[in-house]
Amino acid sequence: MSLRIALVHDGPPLDVDLALPAGEIVGIVGPSGSGKTSLLRAIAGLLRPRRGRIAFDHDVWLDTAHRVDRPTRERPIGYVSQHYGLFPHLSALGNVACSLVGLPPAERDAQARARLAQAHVAGLEDRRPRELSGGQQQRVAMARALARNPRLLLLDEPFSSVDRSTRKRLYVELKRLHAELAPTVLLVTHDLDEAAMLASHLCLMQRGRIVQHGPVREVMTRPATSAAARLLDLPNLFEGAIEGTSAARRLLFGPHRLEVPDSGAFAAGRTIAWTILPTRVLLHRVDRPSHGERENPVPATIADLVVLGDDVIARLAPEGMPQARLTLKVSQHVAERNALAVGRGVTVSLLRDAIVPLDAKEPGAA
Amino acid sequence: MDWVALRLSLALAAVTLLVLLPAGVVAGRWLATTRSRARPWLEALTALPLVLPPTVIGYYLLVALGAQSPLGGAFERLFGAPLAFTFTGLVVASVIVNIPFAVQPLQRAFAAIPQDVREAAQCCGLTRWQAFARIELPLAWPGVLSAAVLTFAHTLGEFGVVLMVGGSIPGETKTVAIAIYDRVQAFDSAGAGAMALLLLVVSFATVALSYVLSERWLAPARR
Repeated sequence: MSLRIALVHDGPPLDVDLALPAGEIVGIVGPSGSGKTSLLRAIAGLLRPRRGRIAFDHDVWLDTAHRVDRPTRERPIGYVSQHYGLFPHLSALGNVACSLVGLPPAERDAQARARLAQAHVAGLEDRRPRELSGGQQQRVAMARALARNPRLLLLDEPFSSVDRSTRKRLYVELKRLHAELAPTVLLVTHDLDEAAMLASHLCLMQRGRIVQHGPVREVMTRPATSAAARLLDLPNLFEGAIEGTSAARRLLFGPHRLEVPDSGAFAAGRTIAWTILPTRVLLHRVDRPSHGERENPVPATIADLVVLGDDVIARLAPEGMPQARLTLKVSQHVAERNALAVGRGVTVSLLRDAIVPLDAKEPGAA
Repeated sequence: MDWVALRLSLALAAVTLLVLLPAGVVAGRWLATTRSRARPWLEALTALPLVLPPTVIGYYLLVALGAQSPLGGAFERLFGAPLAFTFTGLVVASVIVNIPFAVQPLQRAFAAIPQDVREAAQCCGLTRWQAFARIELPLAWPGVLSAAVLTFAHTLGEFGVVLMVGGSIPGETKTVAIAIYDRVQAFDSAGAGAMALLLLVVSFATVALSYVLSERWLAPARR
């Protein structure tokens, strides 16, 4: 069970080839202009790509090589656009009923009411879109998109035009509807946190191409390239040479020589880009030894400290590397217990398995 | 008061509307949604009757409708009656002159429908016809109304082209506007005044009705 998408297009540029798991929520994340919306529109059939093939299991929606191009109305999709595209002259009920024109009128009405109730907007059936709040409009749009029991639900920034508290409620709603109806969902967003929270699968896009895709945890913690790491907004991007023999390889980090995982990415003689998540930088405790502190210890001075909610983000200047900055993220009580302060010296461990190799040959890599 | 002329004017306006409105909906919608490079040229062509002097349009129409022209000749062979200086010829002329009054409001109305609304109709599984009937036409309704009113009122008042193409044959091509001109030429000030007033009242009533209707249509929208 999977959705296979291969597309090439010029304006806007798209060059995509990926297989997505069915039944999951897939987050498509990238900066504006990265082609996320175009990808969604091409899947919906609203954009004709120069060439491509889109198939859901054995059901082919588009195959330019064989002149297959099912019109949008015949693709089993539901689509919620950024501003919802509700029909302004129809009531909420009328909007949802439009998705059910195949049914006899009496049944259509009952179904539409049931869908609105399912989306928690029962009682607002007779209101026109402009008489609804942003959150209610989104729910009606969602009810309309789900009314036909689509196999694929396409959501284009569906949370961007509502306020924060409404957004949180709508997140829960999406998860609930997904659990209930289990369609495959493609969720386009520029908000990485939103995607990480809602999706089980993540797809990073840039300039019309897929930079990386896979299970959320894997993509978030193990970016494959510098481009992916930058899209994930990871701070610790470094470059270093691998020296030594294959038996005892070391990654040079300024004057420090770091043990690295036993993997082909760290072949001796190469210069690689690498990263380590700020949460995986291990702070040595002042009061007692920490587990793993003998692994890759790096003494450093705290250059600056920022408190963000319950987290403290410290930027460290590693010893012998006054220009470099290593970002460390700890909870506030850990910061307090260890008396973190600007100018203080600390020691951290860059645990071997937390060092993530990135492709150094990436153009413009850090 | 020339009742025959009034009846003729109303008949001409009604027939013009009947022919032009459906065609205008099709043309206006096409112009609003097409990405064809020919669009600006076609838009200019539809706007042409607004800027050309009625005598120029009238002259070309007369040439085109005359028995010597391919169009006029073919019509005469087909139906056994000429086009020029007949009611049918007047209808043809009136339809052409009114193209901008019908097409432009319709084009604007269809263009004002947001793209995401159009696309939502497709994503809901509506066929082209269903999307047109249920979504686009109701949303373009104010444009349909103003196209109808402008065409109707403008046909009632058209003078130059009617005179050029139709002449002034009582009961066939002599409209109210022409009748007023005739009365003035004959120094019948009272007759001209009565008809002018009638035309004024009818035109005002038509336009006012459209404003009332569109107010009613838009009022729930503003609430």
